[in-house]
Amino acid sequence: MTGSPLLEVEDLRIDLDDGSRRVAAAEGVSFRIDRGETFGLVGESGCGKSITALALIGLLRPPLSIGGGVIRFEGQEIQHLSAAGQRQLRGNRIAMIFQEPMTALNPVSPVGRQIAEMFVLHKGKSWREANQLAVEALASVRVPAPERRVKDYPHQLSGGMRQRVMIAIALACGPDLLIADEPTTALDVTVQAEIIELMRNLCAERGTAILMISHDLGLVANVCRRVAVMYAGRIVEERGSADIFRAPSHPYTQGLVDSLPRLGSRAAHGRSRLKEIAGVVPAITRFPDGCRFNPRCAQATDICRTTAPPMEELEAGGFVRCHHHA
Amino acid sequence: MKLRANLVIGGSLFALAILVGLLAPWLAHTDPVMDANLMNAEEPPSWTWWFGTDAQGRDIYSRVLYGARVSLTVGIVSQLINSVIGVALGLSAGYFGGWWDDVVNALTNLMLAIPSLIFALAIMAVLGPGLTSLLIALGLTNWSFTCRLARASALSLRSQGYVQAATVLGYGDARIMITQLLPNMLGPIVVIGTLGMGSAVLSEAALSFLGLGVRPPFPSWGSMLSEAREQITTAPWLSIFPGLAIFLTVLGLNLLGDGLRDILDPQSRSRRT
Ligand SMILES: Nc1ncnc2c1ncn2[C@@H]1O[C@H](COP(=O)(O)OP(=O)(O)OP(=O)(O)O)[C@@H](O)[C@H]1O
Ligand code: SF4
Ligand SMILES: [Mg+2]
Repeated sequence: MTGSPLLEVEDLRIDLDDGSRRVAAAEGVSFRIDRGETFGLVGESGCGKSITALALIGLLRPPLSIGGGVIRFEGQEIQHLSAAGQRQLRGNRIAMIFQEPMTALNPVSPVGRQIAEMFVLHKGKSWREANQLAVEALASVRVPAPERRVKDYPHQLSGGMRQRVMIAIALACGPDLLIADEPTTALDVTVQAEIIELMRNLCAERGTAILMISHDLGLVANVCRRVAVMYAGRIVEERGSADIFRAPSHPYTQGLVDSLPRLGSRAAHGRSRLKEIAGVVPAITRFPDGCRFNPRCAQATDICRTTAPPMEELEAGGFVRCHHHA
Repeated sequence: MKLRANLVIGGSLFALAILVGLLAPWLAHTDPVMDANLMNAEEPPSWTWWFGTDAQGRDIYSRVLYGARVSLTVGIVSQLINSVIGVALGLSAGYFGGWWDDVVNALTNLMLAIPSLIFALAIMAVLGPGLTSLLIALGLTNWSFTCRLARASALSLRSQGYVQAATVLGYGDARIMITQLLPNMLGPIVVIGTLGMGSAVLSEAALSFLGLGVRPPFPSWGSMLSEAREQITTAPWLSIFPGLAIFLTVLGLNLLGDGLRDILDPQSRSRRT
C-alpha cells in the first residue's frame, strides 16, 4: 500500500496491572514511521520506551497489556492479528535487537546455526541453503572469516562481534522495520560507533526503517531523522533531529540538550559537571496531576499542576506537549 | 587437556559391558541355556570353567556374558523412556506454567511419594513377568527426578535473554522449547539419565531376583543371583560373578555420569579447542 506509513501508532495506552489496580505505564503515545525512515525514541530510564517497543510487536505480557489505541503495520492492526499472524511479523517483517549482546544469543548453539534458523523459520529454506545464507549474512555484517566464524559459539566472540551477529540475525529476513533498543549501551565507545554505523548503513542499503531507542539524545539524533522525547509514559516532543538541538521546545527537552556534552567544550573533556535536570522521574504509581514534568520544571505555573497539556503542532514542524512551550 | 579419570574409567566400564553383551555369542565358551551337563555340576572357577559352573553344570562365565544383554537393554531402554517422559512433562510445565504445570507437579509428587520399585512391582504384577513388562514397568516409574530437573531448568531459562530474543524473532513455542531450552538443560539431564541407567540395572536385578524379570532359563544378572541364593555358602562363585558384573556396570555408569557433567558444560568445551 503506497501512501500509508509503515508503522502508525495512535493514542497507544499501556496498562500495568499490579493486582489491585490498573495504572497507565504509557498513554497518548502517537507516532508514525515511514518506509526506510529512521526514527528515535529518547527518554530517561523507566519512561516507557521498551514497553512501547514490546507493544509494537505484540509481546506485552502480564502485568502489562495494551489498554487502548491502535498500532498499524502497513495499515494492518497488529492487535487484531492472530498469534500466528503476529509471529510471522516478528523476526521476518519487524526485527529487534537488544541491549545485551552477551545474553541474547543461545550459548550452546553455534552462531551460524542461529542465523540460519531465521531462514528456515521464516523463509522456508532447507538447512543446507540456510547455512550458506548464514555465511553471507555474517559477511554482510563485516565479520572476518565468516565461513569459519559460523561454527563459533557465542562465548568465543567479543561483545562487538556478538552484536554484529545479532544484527545479522535481525536483518536476515530483510525486515521492513528494525527496532534497536539500546543496541550499544553494553559496549565500549569505539565499538559503539562502529556498530551504529554498520546498522545504519545496512538499513539504508536495504531500505529498512529503524526505530532506535536510547536514553542518549545525542546518539539518537545522530542516527535518526526524527526524534520523539518521552517523559513518564508520554511523548512530550517530536521534532526533526536538527531542530531539536537548535531550538528544543519542551522544557524537558531543553534540559536534555543542555546536559549533552558539546564537542570541544570543557564539559566534553569531563572537566566541569554537565548541567543536569534537577529531581527524578516519578514512579508510575505516583505520576503527578497535570503535566507530569511539573515538579521538575522551572517554568511550571498553576495550570501545569492541574491540567495535562495537549499535544500541539508547531509552526516550524513537529509536536510538543507543554502549556508554555517555546 | 586434563585427564578426567571418572570419565575414562566409567566410560570404559560401560563400554566393556556393552561390548560383552554384543559379542557374547563369540566370547562365550558354551551356550548359556542349552549346554547343561550334570557331569560338571558346581565346578569351582578353574582354567576350564573361568567363573565355575552351576548346579546344572552350565558355564557361569558364558551366562554372565549373555546376562549383560538383558541388564543393559533394560537399563538403557527403560531410562530412555524415563528421560523422554520426564523432559517432555517437565520442560513443557516449566515453560507454559499455569494449569498444566499444576497437573505435572501433582503427577510428579505422586511418583515421588511411591517408591519406584514398589510401583514397578505393581505394574509387573499386572503385566506378568518378561522383558517387555520390565521395560514398561521401569520406564514408567523413574522419571520424576528428570521431570523436576527439566521443569526447574525451564523455569530459570525462560527468562534468559536468548529465550526472549527467540520470541521476538518469531520462534513458536515448540521451536523455543526444542532449540533454546532443551540444549541448555541437556547436560544435567544426561547426567541424571546416566545415573538412572545404573539404578535401572539394579532394579532389573531386584525384580529378576524376585522372579518377576526375564524368565529362566535365559540368564539375567538378577535371575542368576536369585537362583544362586541357596548355594551362597557352598558355591559362592554363583553369586559373586553376576554380583560383580552388576557392581562394575553400575559403578561405571555413576562415574560416567560424573565425567559427562564436565564435558557437557559448553564453557569447558571451548576451553579445550
Ligand atoms: N514486566 C513488568 N512488570 C511491571 N512493571 C514493568 C514491567 N516492565 C516494565 N515495567 C515498568 O514500566 C515502566 C517502563 O518500563 P520500560 O522498560 O519501558 O522503561 P525504559 O524506558 O525502557 O527504561 P530503560 O531505559 O531503563 O530501559 C517502568 O517504570 C517499569 O518499572
Ligand atoms: S506544561 Fe508546564 S510544567 Fe509541563 S513542561 Fe510545560 S511549562 Fe513545564
Ligand atoms: Mg528499556
